[in-house]
Amino acid sequence: MTAVLETDHLSLQFGGVNALSDLSIEVGEGALHAIIGPNGAGKTSFFNCLTGYYKPTSGAVRFQGAEVTGLDAAKVAALGIRRTFQNIRVFPKMSVLENVLAGGHLRATSNLLAITVASRGFRRSERTLHHEAMASLEFVGLADQWNNLAGDLPYGMRKRMELARVLIANPVVVLLDEPAAGVSSVEREELSRVIRRIHDRGTCVVMIEHDVDLVMEIATDVTVLDNGRIIASGLPQDVRTNPDVVRAYMGRKRK
Amino acid sequence: MATETAVLPTRSRVDGFRVLRAGLIVALVVAAALVPQATQNQYYLGVAFQAEMLMCLALGLNIVVGYAGMLDLGFAAFFAIGAYTTGILSTKEHWSIIASIAPGVLIAVVCALIIGFPTLRLRSDYLAVVTLGFGEIIQTIAINLNQTGGPTGIYAIPALTIGSVVVESNTGYYYVFFVLVIVFAIFSTRLRGSRLGRAWLCIREDEDAAKAMGINTNHYKLYAYMFGAVLGSITGSLYAPALTAISPASFGFSESLLIVMAVAIGGLGSIWGVMFGAAVVEIFPEVFRSFAQARLLVFGIALVILMVVRPRGLFPERAFQGLGARVRSRLGRTVVSPLSGAGEALVSLPSEES
Ligand SMILES: Nc1ncnc2c1ncn2[C@@H]1O[C@H](COP(=O)(O)OP(=O)(O)OP(=O)(O)O)[C@@H](O)[C@H]1O
Ligand SMILES: [Mg+2]
Repeated sequence: MTAVLETDHLSLQFGGVNALSDLSIEVGEGALHAIIGPNGAGKTSFFNCLTGYYKPTSGAVRFQGAEVTGLDAAKVAALGIRRTFQNIRVFPKMSVLENVLAGGHLRATSNLLAITVASRGFRRSERTLHHEAMASLEFVGLADQWNNLAGDLPYGMRKRMELARVLIANPVVVLLDEPAAGVSSVEREELSRVIRRIHDRGTCVVMIEHDVDLVMEIATDVTVLDNGRIIASGLPQDVRTNPDVVRAYMGRKRK
Repeated sequence: MATETAVLPTRSRVDGFRVLRAGLIVALVVAAALVPQATQNQYYLGVAFQAEMLMCLALGLNIVVGYAGMLDLGFAAFFAIGAYTTGILSTKEHWSIIASIAPGVLIAVVCALIIGFPTLRLRSDYLAVVTLGFGEIIQTIAINLNQTGGPTGIYAIPALTIGSVVVESNTGYYYVFFVLVIVFAIFSTRLRGSRLGRAWLCIREDEDAAKAMGINTNHYKLYAYMFGAVLGSITGSLYAPALTAISPASFGFSESLLIVMAVAIGGLGSIWGVMFGAAVVEIFPEVFRSFAQARLLVFGIALVILMVVRPRGLFPERAFQGLGARVRSRLGRTVVSPLSGAGEALVSLPSEES
């Protein structure tokens, strides 16, 4: 397996506090890699380092063999690494459709002259993008919501809209920060189905998730973080029985 | 209007709501076009064309404040740059008014780059202070420079000539600005329906999340500021011959504030809203002239009430959007998809090639 996304001795400090220490992780082609760990373990910080929101103190991030450490968040997204946010971040005063179109930003025409005169080429490319946005919404089961304001959607739907927004970009890797947190069990089923379908179509998925049952069910690899360190990694069934993991994570109360 | 709102792929389907709306727009435009026919009163015409001018400025500022969400308190600076460039070139160098628009735009864009590049990455409140300072600097330069005529400004600016037509009367300038408003409104609508408009709104709504869309937020903020500068400068270039004289007093903080008010009253980001807001800001104090000094007080009180009752302006972005869907659901029709049916999209859906 060639690594699509890989970190090399990645460390992150906040004013002397080690948020992440020496993380080396490899996400292979076709993986559905779950990252688990107790609250404050550094999972979100890890995602932020991968996506250009935080600059790691030391170590490297490589994407398809090229170093991307410290790149600006927009550049990382342009490379095909797309993410969702733990505390869902939709554009509330834009419609659901427009939120998804925004995800396809880099695929839309930027030719100012074509935009100003509404040229055929411009209209055609916008039409294509609208079609794909609707297809993405269809994929996550939100097509009928396209004209509502994103800010008016209930929580679970916003989570799914964030997924559609990621998918329209045809990403190489998607990073999902707790996609199933705080949703009803019905929504959870729906989300796990969508995530599996994303994985099935060949997209690499890295997913932070507290729901151990969900992780065991769909992940191909698991990495366990505690206090910014990797305490275990491997196949789901191996990790589950690892005594360190049981002590650090499974033993504690889940979120 | 290919990019107005959701245009159906199947054009044959007649949509009552769309027809009604198109009719309303046409009626409004025709009514506005007939204003000079309805009155010969030069004072009314003067107010009317000042209102159009403020609409142009408000449409320019709307890109910066309404779309991209950056508070600009010195927008009159770009207005001044256009007006002074045209004033100087036409009186001292005998350029035609039309030819002087381009250099004005160029200077405005360069200034926007110089001011914008280091400051646009700042958060909005810092930006407000910097743009405020920029407005003051431009006004101070205009007061102190010989070329700009000092405190008295520039006078005897020649008339605008388009081909062989010399525009001299208030009526003539009313129509010049009438066309300019329409051009700016269509331009704004087009931008809004493209990835530029979407990127600006994303930045306004959540700048960090915008980055995750691959939007280079610093660049797009700069673009918004530059487009605003361009529209402001063009308006200034046509304002100079319309008044035949310009002085620094017309380009101060109070002018910038009027433009911000026009945008905020009408509804941030809404093209109809900001045009309406500009009309209100210009006409309201004139109507209440009989109150003498108290009219500004009355205006201020009305503003405060408005901002409490409708904080997003009189006609915010989606004021009419929901309406289409509501009317349809009354009629028992449902909004199915933007691509297949009677959809009332927030933004333009490009129409099928006709
Ligand atoms: N911007 C920041 N400044 C200072 N400390 C931070 C910052 N971001 C994260 N931290 C700290 O880093 C540690 C890891 O936080 P992080 O949010 O990555 O945890 P997490 O594993 O995602 O937790 P949760 O399960 O609650 O989401 C925490 O102690 C947190 O307080
Ligand atoms: Mg987290």
